[in-house]
Amino acid sequence: MNDMTPERDERAANLKGLGCSRKRVEDARFTQGKGNYVDDIKLPGMLHGDFVRSPYAHARVISVNKDAAMALPGVLAVLTAEDLSPLGLHWMPTLAGDKQMVLADGKVLFQGQEVAFVVAEDRYIAADAVELIEVEYEELPVLTDPFEALKSDVVLREDLAGQTEGAHGPRKHHNHIFTWEQGDEAATNQVMDNAEVVVTESMYYHRTHPCPLETCGSVASMDAVNGKLTLYGTFQAPHAIRTVVSLISGIEEHNIRVVSPDIGGGFGNKVGAYAGYVCSVVASIVTGRPVKWVEDRMENLMTTAFARDYWMTGKISATKEGKITGLHCQVTADHGGFDACADPTKFPAGFMNICTGSYDIPVAYLAVDGVYTNKAPGGVSYRCSFRVTEAVYFIERMIEVLAIELDMDAADLRRINFIKKEQFPYQSALGWEYDSGDYHRAWDKVMEAVDYEGLRKEQAERVEAFKRGETRTLMGIGLCHFTEIVGAGPVKNCDILGLGMFDSCEIRIHPTGSAIARLGTISQGQGHATTFAQILATEIGLPADSITIEEGDTDTAPYGLGTYGSRSTPVAGAATAMAGRKIRAKAQMIAAYLLEVHDNDVEFDVDRFVVKGAPERFKTMKEIAFASYNQAIPGLEPGLEAVSYYDPPNMTYPFGAYVCVMDIDVDTGVPEIRRFYALDDCGTRINPMIIEGQIHGGLTEAFAVALGQEIAYDKQGNVKNGTLMDFFLPTAWEVPNYETDHTVTPSPHHPIGAKGVGESPHVGGVPCFSNAVHDAFRPFGLKQTNMPHDHWRIWETANKLGLHD
Amino acid sequence: MIPAAFDYHRPTKVEDVIALLEEHGDDARVMAGGHSLIPMMKLRMADIPHLIDLQDVGGLGGISIESGRIKLGAMVTQHEIINHDGLASAAPILREAALQIADPQVRYMGTIGGNVANGDPGNDMPGLMQCIDAQIELIGPGGTRSVAARDYYEAAYMTDREDDEVLISISFAAPSGGHAYEKQKRKIGDYATAAAAVQLVKDDGKVASVSIAMTNLSDVPVWSEAAGAALVGTTCDSAAIKAAVSAMLADIDPSEDNRGPVAFKRHLAGIILSRAVTRAWDRA
Repeated sequence: MNDMTPERDERAANLKGLGCSRKRVEDARFTQGKGNYVDDIKLPGMLHGDFVRSPYAHARVISVNKDAAMALPGVLAVLTAEDLSPLGLHWMPTLAGDKQMVLADGKVLFQGQEVAFVVAEDRYIAADAVELIEVEYEELPVLTDPFEALKSDVVLREDLAGQTEGAHGPRKHHNHIFTWEQGDEAATNQVMDNAEVVVTESMYYHRTHPCPLETCGSVASMDAVNGKLTLYGTFQAPHAIRTVVSLISGIEEHNIRVVSPDIGGGFGNKVGAYAGYVCSVVASIVTGRPVKWVEDRMENLMTTAFARDYWMTGKISATKEGKITGLHCQVTADHGGFDACADPTKFPAGFMNICTGSYDIPVAYLAVDGVYTNKAPGGVSYRCSFRVTEAVYFIERMIEVLAIELDMDAADLRRINFIKKEQFPYQSALGWEYDSGDYHRAWDKVMEAVDYEGLRKEQAERVEAFKRGETRTLMGIGLCHFTEIVGAGPVKNCDILGLGMFDSCEIRIHPTGSAIARLGTISQGQGHATTFAQILATEIGLPADSITIEEGDTDTAPYGLGTYGSRSTPVAGAATAMAGRKIRAKAQMIAAYLLEVHDNDVEFDVDRFVVKGAPERFKTMKEIAFASYNQAIPGLEPGLEAVSYYDPPNMTYPFGAYVCVMDIDVDTGVPEIRRFYALDDCGTRINPMIIEGQIHGGLTEAFAVALGQEIAYDKQGNVKNGTLMDFFLPTAWEVPNYETDHTVTPSPHHPIGAKGVGESPHVGGVPCFSNAVHDAFRPFGLKQTNMPHDHWRIWETANKLGLHD
Repeated sequence: MIPAAFDYHRPTKVEDVIALLEEHGDDARVMAGGHSLIPMMKLRMADIPHLIDLQDVGGLGGISIESGRIKLGAMVTQHEIINHDGLASAAPILREAALQIADPQVRYMGTIGGNVANGDPGNDMPGLMQCIDAQIELIGPGGTRSVAARDYYEAAYMTDREDDEVLISISFAAPSGGHAYEKQKRKIGDYATAAAAVQLVKDDGKVASVSIAMTNLSDVPVWSEAAGAALVGTTCDSAAIKAAVSAMLADIDPSEDNRGPVAFKRHLAGIILSRAVTRAWDRA
């Protein structure tokens, strides 16, 4: 009877489970323009909101005159802080334990800050009304430099006057936010004092912005009859938003439904709460009609969450042979006007304490000082886990600087200091337990693939040719070995606003053998609907094509903390596997009943349970699903459903080895990427094609940040790069070719061994591109030059080194 | 990025355009491809109560090449310039420059007339038109008149064109010799950090004549007569090129912006000009 039964391999292939380069199920709608984003949502009677924003970076708001705007036909309301204060909504809590003005309450602290919210019948009237609102400002002294801010008499946050204790300990100055210390300072200093070699270097990781293609926005709809609020928005964490909205508005949580529809990229920008969300909710309550707010590109770049802006000074000690003995890192972090960093509560500088990198460093110390300035708030993790890009940039530059000091090859220096395979799980000096890794294998594979020795030889010849005047192009070899820390995180030490950072999955198997699974995460382009179905397909033996994945609607999805910090696969992916295993456990009992054997006498085989030793006797999962709905099985409830809330025991630690070969025209400052080789180890690989896409995307954002992308301010606090003319968003034309490779070192504590991959290429890519620029000039004495390495800065580096005549 | 309200006019005859301009004065502007004007309106940096779209106006298109004279209608797009075989052989510098303007989507809409008329120092065509000594034809209430591209630009966005005049065509003698349009930009779609247009005639192993214009290195395009003079009669050796660069540097006046400080721009201008001259010489 089983002649028609396909072979095992064929049955496994039909599932399109783990390891299958399954095409993304999302792409049919995205490539045909059928996505449904926030701005696509149109509700009957919907109104439109727009902001009056401050042209000044620091000013007192003397008065706001709404009369002319209110007189414009089609304008329904103009909200100011005065209007929101009776509701207690003129300020809102930030994720970092600070508070932030929703609308300017007496003063503004950064250019573009929200001063008034106009509500009108259409988007055009709203924009016209914004022009008619007269705001009288009194300019105040502007602080854009955090070091100056810490010395200045100018008080930025008058609301905190006299508060010497902040959310993260003592405040040393009225513009100081916190000091966060990790590691052993005394022991580190002692090692430094007695070290054979010590090198110090300072570097600035410039302010930039995640700049998702879709800007932020929301549509709020308050149903006055039922008392229910529906809030659609660009939320990377819809459940957390629901809880926050409930806490600050007083609306009971069951009366709030938050929906994240399709999201056009997040990269950390859409984790936090923005004034526009709050104002759209209040405006809907006030007018009784749905209210849409969608920011434009300039508003997104100038006012929503920035990334980086870390001034880092490092000290690294080693033996003469290059064995690192200690690391010291001091950071001054520019947080802007409010501390709105999106980090787990106990980590005000995120996971900056991963800054010992891939290296076995016995002792280390880290101190981060957060500072208020007249810049936009934020400090989100742009395509990285919390502050991991900063940490990896820091250590990968310090390694290069140490190599210069020791006159060693930087690849050899790394090799000497890598944590060895047998040292895992590895306890780092700054408090983390690295789960697994095989750094030497990855490194050696890459060195061989790129013919590293050959590259160094070519580079040396190029330098000689340059000195002889035969070429004006230098060659740089950028190296990076990074270790990420993702998958936040264990509830015991990771929470956001008191909400533990577990995640969840709920599965329902339908009678005919298809399924729906809902998760607490939300895809912004990562392809969750594709990959989570693959995890489940392998776990429960139903084809991925028969499994619908749904996220983003808090009325239906189980509670979860959302998608950022590469946490979806490590946390929600684990919940998916665990929920699948609950399904399978029940299916086993059903199969045993149907096959009239004991539960322990059947075993799972790809898509079925078979009687042990008698594989011709089996029940497929499809048959079992139907049976669960039509058989009265003693001791079992009908149906086949499961829920899992997964609290990860540890973070996961993806890693990778990258090499960039770059040619630099010293006269024009133009860099050409000749080659970029990226080996990633993200543990178990779910969908190699999606991984490849993630790596291309992350490397491209790394390319952008390293070579041009920044948010810079002038002395008056004006944003200098507020449009895509000046904010570098590379196109296909500028982007180099990437070669990808991988090793697989599964996470020992994750149910399927997966570690997460979306952010690795960004984390490793930025220092790799930057190191290539530095390396090109190393023979001429360059130690450190700050990013972004755009044409004029590269030219200036060459110029300062005397390479122009 | 929401423009203020405006009335949209779409006339079919040039006379009607002039009439609208006379009627509305400062409140009216003509629009060709719109790729400079529309963003300015969306940023509310340009308030234009009456927008006059030239798309349907007859007689403003077409490329003609007759007895060594080339005429481009104001509404000829960059895309048409790139794909016109006759033009590519008669004046290849136009194609080389147009390919370095913006991106294909913009080039489908962006026009030569708009690019030249607007007076944006970042635009590539004004400098190029000065290099090849083009004549700009304007029509107004008093009829048509012609002005040399080298006399047209007064300051950023300020030109010789009166408010009630419309640029209708551009004409020039088919350039001879070697050419080069060299441009450095930060990314696709960007204006030049520095750009140079060079048209060079070689005779008997020496530079017989050469015309040089620079873009985005001053608030107007810079036709550097002195830079050209430094090359005439030379073999385009490195000393001659150096002299031309020195002369050019005396004519430009770049300002600092996100593309870099003045020192960088001046140095880069010299490099770009050297490369353009070398390429034009090799092709001559």
